[in-house]
Amino acid sequence: MQCGMRMRNKKGNKTDQKLWIGVGILALLSPLGIIIPNYLGAGGAWGEWTLEQIEKMSGFAPEGMKRMADAWKAPMINYAVPGQAAGPVHSSLGYIVAAITGISATAGLMYLITRLLVRKDGSSKHNRQARR
Amino acid sequence: MHIPDGYLGPATYAAMYAVTIPFWAVASWKLNRTLKAKQAPYLAIGAAFAFVIMMFNIPIIGGTTGHATGATLIAILLGPWAAVIAVSAALIIQALLFGDGGITAIGANCFNMAVVGALVGYGVYRLIAARSEVTSRRRVAAGAIAAYVSLNVSALLTGIELGLQPMFEQSPSGRPLYAPFPLSVAVPALALEHLLLFGIVEAAITALVIRYIQKNDPDMLK
Repeated sequence: MQCGMRMRNKKGNKTDQKLWIGVGILALLSPLGIIIPNYLGAGGAWGEWTLEQIEKMSGFAPEGMKRMADAWKAPMINYAVPGQAAGPVHSSLGYIVAAITGISATAGLMYLITRLLVRKDGSSKHNRQARR
Repeated sequence: MHIPDGYLGPATYAAMYAVTIPFWAVASWKLNRTLKAKQAPYLAIGAAFAFVIMMFNIPIIGGTTGHATGATLIAILLGPWAAVIAVSAALIIQALLFGDGGITAIGANCFNMAVVGALVGYGVYRLIAARSEVTSRRRVAAGAIAAYVSLNVSALLTGIELGLQPMFEQSPSGRPLYAPFPLSVAVPALALEHLLLFGIVEAAITALVIRYIQKNDPDMLK
């Protein structure tokens, strides 16, 4: 499909390459999203505290929250590589790895969804076959 | 704005799934009718952009952090229904792989940031852009205002959903079972930080990218 794309729409294709480069640059710059808040003494987002933080703030840990807080164990929790060493360099590198992993997974999921949604009689298969 | 597991009670998170699923269905139906294979790479880029832009935590000095979502920008460039799906895809990956936003709260988070984010953003953009030239300043302003409004509506909804919990979900002794802060705390907290800072960043990003697209590939704005 991508092949067909490139041949068919040179201008559009150029834009999509540029935009991918943009997303790549954002991935490499992503550690700014943890370094700057850290430097300015900003904590996490409002309403995204851990159970311990909630307990400190409100004096108790809500029962239901206790039960549900660990409903899911995410493999790269907090955008970190499991077992990564402490310190700003490692957390920055881990964050970049998380960004690249997440970008790939999101783009992959979106690509799958698109494949399912594009009609078989639409431009996708039709054009591919015509090209062969 | 990513509500974690344990913050919403079962009644709320189930209701939010029930509200969001029809929007996913309509979006899928719309895309099925209109989507062309050549648009596929752009949808993947849009989803990837939403994912990565949310990693840029913007600090309030000594306070909390927040982030842009890209929902309005993606809706302007790819259409509102494509944006609903693309931002949802990013949010689902964030929940599954990174624990950002709860599994139980995927319905709520997708409603707040993807469905409302994209549809409100797109609606405001169309309203202001009207029939102006695609390369006009007005389009840039329309995008910025739409992004600002949209992110703030998303934040407001998140605040309301969290703030309703102590009212809906209490233990027999009257203590909150889930998110413990009332509307009078949750709504102002989320609304103000987005009104004063995060919304402005969302607006600026949207304006910059629209300006870039106007110069490089204005057809995308048609």
